[in-house]
Amino acid sequence: MFKILKYSFFDLMRSRWSYVYFAFYLLLGIVLLFLNNDLSKAVITLMNVIIILVPLIGTIFGVMYYYNSKEFTELLLAQPLKRSSIFLGQYLGVAISLSMSLILGLGIPFVFYGLFMSNAIWDFSLLLITGVFLTLIFTALAFNIALSNENKIKGFGYAILLWLFLAVIYDGLFLMSLLFFEDYPLDKLSLIGTVLNPVDLSRTLILLKLDISALLGYTGAIFKQFFGTNFGLIVSISMLSVWVVMPVLRIIFKSKKKDF
Amino acid sequence: MPLKKHHIFTAILIFVLGHTLVAQTITVCKTCDIKTLQGGIDAAQANDTVYIEKGTYKEIDVLVNKPLTIIGKDYPVIDGEMKGEIITIVANNVTVDGLFIKNVGTSYTADYAAIRLKRVENFVIKNLVLEKLFFGIYVEKSKNGKVFHNKIIGDAEEEYNSGNGIQLWYSHNIQIEHNFIQRVRDGIYLEFSDDCIIKNNVSSHNVRYGLHFMFSNDDVYQDNLFEKNGAGVAVMFSKKIKMYNNIFRENWGTASYGLLLKEINDAEIMYNTFEQNTIGINTEGSNRIRYENNNFISNGWAVKVLGACYSNTFKGNNFLYNSFDMAYNSKVHDNEFDGNYWSNYTGYDLDKDGIGDVPYRPVKLFSYIVNRTPETIILLRSLFIDIIDFSEKVSPVFTPDNLLDNNPKIKRITW
Amino acid sequence: MVSVENLHKKFGKNEVLTGLDLEISEGGIFAVLGPNGSGKTTLIKSILGMVIPDKGTISIHGKSIKKDSNYRKQIDYLPQIANFPSNLKVKELIKMIKDLRGNSTNEAELIEMFKLEPFIDKKLGQLSGGTKQKVNILLTFMFDSPLVILDEPTTGLDPIALIRLKNLIKAEKAKGKTLLITSHIMSFVEEISDEIVFLLEGKIYFKGTIPALKAQTSQPDLEHAIANILTENHV
Repeated sequence: MFKILKYSFFDLMRSRWSYVYFAFYLLLGIVLLFLNNDLSKAVITLMNVIIILVPLIGTIFGVMYYYNSKEFTELLLAQPLKRSSIFLGQYLGVAISLSMSLILGLGIPFVFYGLFMSNAIWDFSLLLITGVFLTLIFTALAFNIALSNENKIKGFGYAILLWLFLAVIYDGLFLMSLLFFEDYPLDKLSLIGTVLNPVDLSRTLILLKLDISALLGYTGAIFKQFFGTNFGLIVSISMLSVWVVMPVLRIIFKSKKKDF
Repeated sequence: MPLKKHHIFTAILIFVLGHTLVAQTITVCKTCDIKTLQGGIDAAQANDTVYIEKGTYKEIDVLVNKPLTIIGKDYPVIDGEMKGEIITIVANNVTVDGLFIKNVGTSYTADYAAIRLKRVENFVIKNLVLEKLFFGIYVEKSKNGKVFHNKIIGDAEEEYNSGNGIQLWYSHNIQIEHNFIQRVRDGIYLEFSDDCIIKNNVSSHNVRYGLHFMFSNDDVYQDNLFEKNGAGVAVMFSKKIKMYNNIFRENWGTASYGLLLKEINDAEIMYNTFEQNTIGINTEGSNRIRYENNNFISNGWAVKVLGACYSNTFKGNNFLYNSFDMAYNSKVHDNEFDGNYWSNYTGYDLDKDGIGDVPYRPVKLFSYIVNRTPETIILLRSLFIDIIDFSEKVSPVFTPDNLLDNNPKIKRITW
Repeated sequence: MVSVENLHKKFGKNEVLTGLDLEISEGGIFAVLGPNGSGKTTLIKSILGMVIPDKGTISIHGKSIKKDSNYRKQIDYLPQIANFPSNLKVKELIKMIKDLRGNSTNEAELIEMFKLEPFIDKKLGQLSGGTKQKVNILLTFMFDSPLVILDEPTTGLDPIALIRLKNLIKAEKAKGKTLLITSHIMSFVEEISDEIVFLLEGKIYFKGTIPALKAQTSQPDLEHAIANILTENHV
């Protein structure tokens, strides 16, 4: 698996898209910091960008990589290698190279700006951790979609739909159901609703840092326990891990059954 | 003989005069003739100084009924053993300095205090340390006094069985400075007390309010720090209060505010910092208030306006990284927002005059939704919410459409 | 060498293999022929483990290939479409496959044979189709495995390279290896193969030598013999 990972990673590290992705984050970091000159504001803007863009790029890139390397995959399949190693290797190659672009692209301008001397470093680290989680999750979901769809166009379509659903539509439905059931106690429902969507989950993780003052304004006891203690952080991180593990397991399962 | 008689009379005269005109000192200690604080006070004449040496004095209901200066040396402990009130001052011109008073009795019927001042003038209460108290320094119907440099550390957990650190009741012209107050019900409480100055105090971790005004007018509080109080600072039913240069920080909770204003008129709120409070300022039925040059940083809601609030002005404030800058529960709007800096502002400044070319709308649709269904707060900063906020910004339906800052600043305001 | 028993496979509603049995003995060149969609590639891919059969067993050297990827060490496979990661250089691809499979024996010789030196530092994306096919061949033959599977090996090759390929195949056979080849070029098949495996509708229709096939169909050459089978079966 690590050999495949290595080759996929180096393959991607050389691809134009990794540079585009890296350059995009680099530019974003520089623009936010040096034109804006406000670290806290930059972190907030970055949060919005990361939560929306990282899943989008993870899905598109994952699907694209899978379809583009189809023949190469077939070459590998004829080698004495386990299927799970081939796909996990490729998956990790994509996810790690995307994460690297993210971390370096944002990290470099922030380090130059003097991040280590600022107390925004924790917010920023949390941001990067969340970004990495989202990359891992959405690349895995993308691989799942690609593995289940031979048709490239269909695969891309589903990938975009998945992103659109989790990033926007889900929250719309979520909001409507909260408003619809507003006469009932909702704190459990709202927390469950959050945990079921990795985008919302990572958003919550960041809310814990940036908006704790507002979150503590709400009365519900479960809410209080979730946001007022480390409980929320622990639950969010473990649920994000579950969100990584589940699609990865499906990659293994699906890849074993698939014909090429 | 007549001469001799005359001499004796003169001697007596000199003795008596000397005693009243030149203040005497009396020392109280465990090995002295006078072993109790009350004993010292009883032995003293008006205007004497009573020194209390180091030691523990278990006394309650100590009555100071003449002008005296009572000075503790190396913080002698006055222990009330939880039995009741410890010192009551009923004479003018009393100074109490340097005592460590602890174990004030708790009662549901009487407000026992560590020190109570009753209908007196020109008092000074300073350098006291109060611990395990019910009420701390209770000033009633008094005038022209100073309460400064005291340290009041309570252990209050519930509102109903705790008292206030410093309480003024029908008292005027009192200066409260450089006190450090923790873990009581209200750090400083003023009721029917006018023309007081509250300055440079630190009031934190109190069960209810760090500072609380009721029916008190023309008071000033400035340069204080209020931190992690149950409900922040409350100013209620008062007029012409000046609030300058205070810091309100980390007041978290459902009914927790940096500053709560209720039925307040003609106040000035300037140069204050509101940082990381659930609600920076919660204002209800308050009119003609000037909010100028305040910093609102990382609050849940920087300002929440409830009920009828008219003719208030918000000028030159910095609104930085608040989850919500402003919440409004009505469509009626008669307040002025002008020339503030809003970190959430996304407009541009093409003519480079430092003022954004597009007005800023401080009230978002989402703040209405959260107001209605609080659980929806969990969707804060979601893209979907941004989209509906944006559409509301473009064509306001739920928010007052004239609620605008027409001159949003491009850069953070400094002063 | 390879034995396939009762192999079934369908893709969706399309039944590609319907109870195929095949026994391939050790040594020699076997050409797998059949019309489009007869299941040639599916058969080969099943042997390679790329397609998972619905039913039936495949064993190589008497060992079932299920749940074990190591048997592929005994197979060299030339895929039909040579498409490699375009960011890799030829050199790196060779290194990588070597890294994955173990050391190769004769890569230098093969590079020489197909005149690949000028391309060795080029990226795979920059190569022409024919050159890619040469790299493909190189990757297949640089290992010394007892079973060689070639799927349409002649695609895109120039005549010189084609001759070299034929020589290579013959040399491999001489070493006692087993070669499985699919091709549409009948002259190529006729020239090199010892036995023909003819697939029709997911089953083996004919297995035997070329002369036997000609005799059975009473046709003078292979091309006509095949055409004869197809017309008789209304394909």
